[in-house]
Amino acid sequence: MSIIQINNLYKSYGSVQAIKGITYDLSGGQIVGLVGPNGSGKTSMLRILGAFDMAYSGEVLIYGANPGLKTRKIVSYLPDKPYISDRLRAEQIIETYAGFFEDFNKDKAYQMLDLFKLKPKQKIREMSKGMGEKIAVLLTMSREAQIYILDEPISGVDPASRKIILRSIIENFSEDSLMIVSTHLLNDIEKIIDQVVFLDEGTIKISGSTDDLRAEYGKGINELFEEIFQ
Amino acid sequence: MSYLFDESQPIYLQLIKIFKIKIANGTWQAGQKIDSVRNLALDFDVNPNTVQRALAELEILELTYSQRTSGRFVTEDQVLIDRLKHEMAKNKTQDFVLQMQAIKISDQQIKELIEQIITELADKQKAEE
Repeated sequence: MSIIQINNLYKSYGSVQAIKGITYDLSGGQIVGLVGPNGSGKTSMLRILGAFDMAYSGEVLIYGANPGLKTRKIVSYLPDKPYISDRLRAEQIIETYAGFFEDFNKDKAYQMLDLFKLKPKQKIREMSKGMGEKIAVLLTMSREAQIYILDEPISGVDPASRKIILRSIIENFSEDSLMIVSTHLLNDIEKIIDQVVFLDEGTIKISGSTDDLRAEYGKGINELFEEIFQ
Repeated sequence: MSYLFDESQPIYLQLIKIFKIKIANGTWQAGQKIDSVRNLALDFDVNPNTVQRALAELEILELTYSQRTSGRFVTEDQVLIDRLKHEMAKNKTQDFVLQMQAIKISDQQIKELIEQIITELADKQKAEE
């Protein structure tokens, strides 16, 4: 069953068209990789799905509803830019989030904080850029949401943390949840996604099951990507 | 543990091979409960659906079976497991012989070579003990 339906989606910033007519359905129980070069429309699309951007044309339905306050309750969204106040301590942010989202699992948040070797009392502005990104990821992954939308969750962190994040994606995955992960680090992620969507200049170039594409082209997904966008 | 997959081939086919070896060599014993899909996905760092697909194929081959409430198990049929082992061995040997023939090694030489390698490996393994 389709959880997300996108019909004839267009998005422009002034005269720049970021998304040029995308129609796509996404069903539950899968981890979808959204890939494409810079400026292909990945972040624009995820901002719309995450209900951070309502100025688009076409139709977007998440469980039958347009992205908005209602869908934010079931969609855990990791935006591409930091959005948390840097004056707060890690534990204060976790508490704030726990108060804000009913599906927030505090135990999970503290567990990930520990895995990332971050200190609960440390303020965000005292953290490195990578540490701040880990906080954002752990907040997103600590929700027990039906849909996870992760915009570049692994690109700003070290390899060991990448592994922790990828594991948390597998751990959070369930038969009826949907995960959409955008990245340009396909190498790291290609084994954990089962569907891939290649975006190019605001349209979908190739999409499908990763194993089917491997069988069809006799190539890895990363290799295929490099060949298409060379 | 980290497994190296050939990313140019479907991952589920490679998982089927890995699981078959586990059944053939007794890492997964006859009648034993198989770990959950999620845990296997974490062990192999792959998508859970990919694990599911590989296990479903093993089930079609009757090497595993599902019980609605308690999970998935390795077959209790030792004959099937022996047949799997035999088939795997036969396929490998066939590949080997064909490769040898391709470089014009005679059948007699192939046999001698196998004898020789077995002896060499045995000596090596003894020395390591």
